[in-house]
Amino acid sequence: MTEPTPDDRKDAMSETAAEQPAEAKRGPEVATRERRQGALSPSGETPYLVVEDLTVKFPTADGVVSAVNGLSYSVPLGRTLAIVGESGSGKSVSSMAVMGLHDPRRSKITGSIRLGGDELVGMPEADLMKVRGDAVSMVFQDPQSSLHPLYTVGKQIAEAYLVHHKVSKEVAKKRTLEMLDLVGIPNPARRFNQYPHEFSGGMRQRAMIAMGLVNDPKLVIADEPTTALDVTVQAQILDLLNNLQKEFGSAIVLITHDLGVVAEMADDVLVMYAGRCVEYGTAEDVLANPRMPYTWGLLESIPTVSAANERLRPIKGLPPSLLNLPSGCSFNPRCPYKDRVKGERCTTDLPELLPVDGAGLHTSRCHLPDKASIYETEVLPRLG
Amino acid sequence: MSDTVRPIDQAPSNAETLLQIRDLKMHFPIKEAAGLARTKKVVQAVDGVSFDLKAGASLGLVGESGCGKSTTGRMITRLLTPTSGQILFKGTDIARLKEKDLRPFRRQLQIVFQDPYSSLNPRQTVSNIISTPLRVHNLVKKGKELARVQELLERVGLNPEHHNRYPNEFSGGQRQRIGIARALAVEPEVIIADEPVSALDVSIQAQVMNLLEDLRRDLGIAFVFIAHDLGVVRHFCDTVAVMYLGKIVEQGPREQIYGAPQHPYTQALLSAAPDLGTIRGIPPKERIRLVGDVPSPIDPPSGCRFRTRCWKAEDICATQEPLLEGKPQSTPGHAAACHFAEPKLDLTAATA
Repeated sequence: MTEPTPDDRKDAMSETAAEQPAEAKRGPEVATRERRQGALSPSGETPYLVVEDLTVKFPTADGVVSAVNGLSYSVPLGRTLAIVGESGSGKSVSSMAVMGLHDPRRSKITGSIRLGGDELVGMPEADLMKVRGDAVSMVFQDPQSSLHPLYTVGKQIAEAYLVHHKVSKEVAKKRTLEMLDLVGIPNPARRFNQYPHEFSGGMRQRAMIAMGLVNDPKLVIADEPTTALDVTVQAQILDLLNNLQKEFGSAIVLITHDLGVVAEMADDVLVMYAGRCVEYGTAEDVLANPRMPYTWGLLESIPTVSAANERLRPIKGLPPSLLNLPSGCSFNPRCPYKDRVKGERCTTDLPELLPVDGAGLHTSRCHLPDKASIYETEVLPRLG
Repeated sequence: MSDTVRPIDQAPSNAETLLQIRDLKMHFPIKEAAGLARTKKVVQAVDGVSFDLKAGASLGLVGESGCGKSTTGRMITRLLTPTSGQILFKGTDIARLKEKDLRPFRRQLQIVFQDPYSSLNPRQTVSNIISTPLRVHNLVKKGKELARVQELLERVGLNPEHHNRYPNEFSGGQRQRIGIARALAVEPEVIIADEPVSALDVSIQAQVMNLLEDLRRDLGIAFVFIAHDLGVVRHFCDTVAVMYLGKIVEQGPREQIYGAPQHPYTQALLSAAPDLGTIRGIPPKERIRLVGDVPSPIDPPSGCRFRTRCWKAEDICATQEPLLEGKPQSTPGHAAACHFAEPKLDLTAATA
């Protein structure tokens, strides 16, 4: 149907390359500092969403759960950031913080989340209501449970529009029909009056996307938007998100655990482990030149064609408990390269998120020396 | 690399045929809302599926949700009684056996379920969960149960000391290992693995895949591996059957299905899988985008069931149902149910 978009993505990549010299002129220190403060995205463009040193803690009966720990990232308009990680790595929790969806009585959020200059952390609920669903909206993973079963789909989408616009119901309905058409739902007029159970899984996810985009948000957070869907439908939905982004120029934060989806969709990639960012860069940086053993492990865990007859190389062990994080690098108990770092640094010092080549915008959190050569000589051959 | 190559890549061709599935059908009757029409409607979940499984072999059933792959698995283990068709296990048709006569066959055919959270009883200890099948089939003497349970826990890579714990004390991957230990307890010859890794994180997925691989190699267990993840199936299975709307549309050796798929649906499925290769400079594969949704299995399209979404469909597709048969250009064992089957190369990504 639609032709692939690698060209467009390549454009985005070459932009990145074009930005680099300017970066060099300003000096690596400045870039690094700005970067650490989250002011620069890996592409070097001016970001729309800036998350800086975000920490989310949940006090529980068993102790304080540190779900997100000092997370910083930024997303410019028109670009897609993919946040990757295992369950419990904090990818959904951090995005829900951006949406202001954590109950302030049950969570403690510090740091800064700036959306087009407005600080969201500590913003009064009444003001947050105006932002949420308007400037920023969320598409949830499971369309089955995130649509209300007792209201028609049309009514639910129109409601999202009416909350933020002082218009008549007729106008809202017209807008809803437009949106349903836009996301590729055939026969919108009939579908408007149907209930969620009358929609198939893919159609429901389309309706969720229509609802998320009805107010022309500048930022869309898509939390595993295709995980519940079959591959052929997933491909349709990913195409749809790509096309809509081109049309509206919005920033997308895509939360997923599927690296294939990341490769198809993302401009920038942030890898999370145990609540922290462990690697951050453009999709090309992170997927084609990763510099962190956890990212290597994720890539090696995926079955490949050339290695069809070989055993998979899983990451051994289990993710740590967020109640009781290991000292030093959170990944150290599972890291096969730990012994190559002199002394006990991996178990004592938390590595900082540093530029992999000393200056650029691709950063990783690891003590290991010579990461580039280890990747080239040991990891890459195993990836087939 | 040579030391990591799987000893049994393909089951020996002279191996005994364990399972012969012949024209298996499952039609679920549905209640029509009040009306004068008393015609009985059925959901044709599985409509005529046939395949063979040899000892130690591994067959992958792939397809999208609702294509009938899980229903097929449940019929083989007789958790469902088929509407018609035969399930021959070593020559005995178990499709209509009574529960009492079925008991010895249940021991040979075990199932591992998809969701490790709902398939373990939360109020029973691991020891109890695993030893129940042992007791039911009278496989251990009184007093020896614990030793056997611990042996099984060790076999699946869990700490034998943890036999007294409850499922909630384990992570998803560990729970799936418990489910596998339960299936192994009765020393089955065939395990139906119904999406055994799709609920798990990637890194854990690989751990469980390696465990299944070990079991297949060390214990010679044959697998029917049901999954929607094409990469996982390619890794694990020698032969692959692709299902669409209750029927097998293409079947053959792994290399053929992934390397030269003939049926348009298989081609679309393969090209839809997200591709990690492009980022490393491998040229992007051709995209085939299917439009629309899978039709209702209550009233499937006439002729070829895929024709409503197929770009090759012509008049003959609506009138004449294509048979699952080898085409002149096919290698032995490779069959596709399409009037216009032709191999299409270069659809498989480096990773899927």
